[in-house]
Amino acid sequence: MGASPTTLRLTLHVWRQASRDLPGAFEVHHLEGISVDMSFLEMLDVLNEGLTSQGREPFCFDHDCREGICGMCSLVINGQVHGPDQEITTCQLHMRHFADGDTIVVEPFRARALPVVRDLVVDRSAFDRIIAEGGYISTDAGSAPEGNALPISTAAADEAMDAAACIGCAGCVAACPNASAMLFTAAKVSHLAQLPQGEPERERRVLAMVERMDREGFGGCTNERECQAACPKGISVAHIARLNREFLRSSVLGRS
Amino acid sequence: MSPTADRRLDGRCPSGEMASRWTRHKFDLDLINPANRRRFHIVVVGTGLAGASAAASLAEMGYRVSALCIQDSPRRAHSIAAQGGINAAKAYRNDGDSVHRLFYDTVKGGDFRARESNVHRLAEVSNQIIDQCVALGVPFAREYGGTLANRSFGGAQVARTFYARGQTGQQLLLGAYGALMRQVHAGRVTLLPRREMVELVQVGGVARGIIARNLISGEYERHAADAVLLCTGGYGNVFRLSTNAQASNVTASWRCHRRGAFFANPCYTQIHPTCIPVSGDHQSKLTLMSESLRNDGRVWVPSLAGDERPPSDIPEGERDYYLERRYPSFGNLVPRDVASRAAKRVCDDGFGVGATGTAVYLDFADAIGRDSRAAVEGRYGNLFQMYEMITGEDPYRVPMRIFPAVHYTMGGLWVDYNLQTTIPGLFALGEANFSDHGANRLGASALMQGLADGTFVIPATITAHLAGRTVEPVGPDAPAFGEAEAAARERDERILSVRGGSTVSTLHRELGLCLWNQVGMSRTEQGLREAIGRVRDLRERFWNDVRVPGEANHLNPSLEHAGRLADFLEFAELLATDALQREESCGGHFREEHQTGEGEALRNDEAFCHVAAWEHDEGGAVRHEEPLSFEEVHLVTRSYK
Repeated sequence: MGASPTTLRLTLHVWRQASRDLPGAFEVHHLEGISVDMSFLEMLDVLNEGLTSQGREPFCFDHDCREGICGMCSLVINGQVHGPDQEITTCQLHMRHFADGDTIVVEPFRARALPVVRDLVVDRSAFDRIIAEGGYISTDAGSAPEGNALPISTAAADEAMDAAACIGCAGCVAACPNASAMLFTAAKVSHLAQLPQGEPERERRVLAMVERMDREGFGGCTNERECQAACPKGISVAHIARLNREFLRSSVLGRS
Repeated sequence: MSPTADRRLDGRCPSGEMASRWTRHKFDLDLINPANRRRFHIVVVGTGLAGASAAASLAEMGYRVSALCIQDSPRRAHSIAAQGGINAAKAYRNDGDSVHRLFYDTVKGGDFRARESNVHRLAEVSNQIIDQCVALGVPFAREYGGTLANRSFGGAQVARTFYARGQTGQQLLLGAYGALMRQVHAGRVTLLPRREMVELVQVGGVARGIIARNLISGEYERHAADAVLLCTGGYGNVFRLSTNAQASNVTASWRCHRRGAFFANPCYTQIHPTCIPVSGDHQSKLTLMSESLRNDGRVWVPSLAGDERPPSDIPEGERDYYLERRYPSFGNLVPRDVASRAAKRVCDDGFGVGATGTAVYLDFADAIGRDSRAAVEGRYGNLFQMYEMITGEDPYRVPMRIFPAVHYTMGGLWVDYNLQTTIPGLFALGEANFSDHGANRLGASALMQGLADGTFVIPATITAHLAGRTVEPVGPDAPAFGEAEAAARERDERILSVRGGSTVSTLHRELGLCLWNQVGMSRTEQGLREAIGRVRDLRERFWNDVRVPGEANHLNPSLEHAGRLADFLEFAELLATDALQREESCGGHFREEHQTGEGEALRNDEAFCHVAAWEHDEGGAVRHEEPLSFEEVHLVTRSYK
């Protein structure tokens, strides 16, 4: 412990962009006395408080739960989606991962299908539109059978849960050289394909969701696996393999 | 504020045999022909479990729905952060559970300050909720034979909690979100993300729409409707540091309160004892860790105030295991509120540990020595990992530091049995209402209530509301919309025009600290009176000295935060006033003047066996009472001896 400093001096290069259609640029700011116990977003809070006190506009960034589950926070930090640590969101990243005197570059997620709204905030509504195409089981309230009517093996429930853990942050898109939304789409397809409740809509679902993904302007998957490396929930590219099988199967069966 | 109790409120609960009340009530409610339902438009504010399930269920029935949420997607509402699970009276474990037992436990757990009829309905529909969630593909934990798994939660003597790893809230919300998106796709729900409700619009005394601010463009939008549903969660962030998400706020409820909706029991707030403590002034939120940690951890502080030695250098004889000392029979497993108050007391007395002195140790050394590190890892591995990620300390070697934090708020807008507020056509669901948890909520019951209200209660009761009257068409050009929009616009302009010297965060921090210290887990008459004065001062300072950069016509988080803080500054006074008027201790409301010799909450059923519902009045809020009667569960004093 002893030698490592408890506060940091930092140089920040933060993306500033007034709106979707205006060009953006990096602004340079210097911070001192940043506690190593702060989260990355708390460090940005300090920056924003300082700017506000000086009568300048703070940076806009998305955040909400600040405990890694809502998927609202984003950011590319020194070129890495959600920063340098593994399997966490930006809000869970703490300043002890940085050194005194560091320069930190903070950018929004960048992809054609995720346009910048303002500063570090991007529009991820394409994800909602992909889900709307079929990322659910069509059961009206009141029509459900008894909960134990259909047994589900622990293996299937566990694998479905692994996929369902996706928080929809879009980090996979930002990390992908093709800006593909394959991991996000695959996670939902894989979750529902492994449950008996998902069976009746199995073919229609995967075809519709993939078609929507393409229409939204996301790129194709070329097995770079950057998505898996960046995913705060550690979602495996094995779900992409399952999506591909589901897609092929459904195409052959021709039920859309 | 005047403490007059001139009018008695009636919750309009059905009478007769408890177990058949909801069934008979549903039969008595008017219906609307499926083909006619599309004539009605319902605005649903908030897309957590209550809002998303209500919007989806109503659209499935054929209503036209507009669903607004403050985040960029309905999937991010704060229900997502619930970890533990959801209760239901399935009795799958053959352990004697039943609807009646879940009802009984909830009434008793609420310290006899909830409505029996509502609680019974909640317990009744709990089983249907599980069925519905399974059908929606929620990946609940399973037994090897493929049936649903359960665990015991929060000290319950039966295993009735269903769970999906430690992410039950997330999985339930994603299920409800899927159902909602299906209706968006079908064109029956209009989804309006990044919107904040800033005013309620009434025509002829009936709720007929809202004004929402589009957070991206800054525009004030008029949404006309035949009914309005508030599903906007709790007000825990009035304390600033809580386990709530950053955007959670009281604004929608408070705007409705100012326009006539009564606010019930604001003083009922729940504190959770095992949160990761504050590390400094910069802190933005507190993270909760499962209470199960207290099964194996021992709570202690140094015997010497201000002892700054690392915990490993403090010998056994110089440690105070204060819970074990004060409560020899229960020790570290005393109830949430007792553990929380004891922690605050030792820290207030200068025995707190860590850099800020506001924490106590939770030590696993004995458990590791007794059961092995692997055993402890098996039980709490993920929690230890989370703790290390946040604090940078290894809890296998160094004792955890914990401190209580505000977690849930039982109070909310007053609603009748139909979930209708005192404004006709305005309904409140989930944490935003007050109705089911009394003075204290049991673990794994918040998710249950959100889904019960949205999926099964409101579809029946709103239909009766809409069927029961002739609906005059009201469009967004009606004068009431113009008036409400002007009020919202004027308010933001006023905030922006101050251009003072205090940031919103600074003022919010001061308010939160004041409430935490004097209106938090332990309250006194003097402290509450001081807090009210302090809140008034802060409110004045806000309007004279707040600094909000930018303008209203673009994405401006400072302006959003300022608007919410302005409402918290008004609401805080009501919270403190309610706490002052309730001269008893019950559930999450502890008045130091009213306790037993052992420091237990002392209820006063003679004078306070009622709901306190506050009516807004510029001259001071007016207190109304709804008497509570207990026909099934007999009033007893909670005891853990």
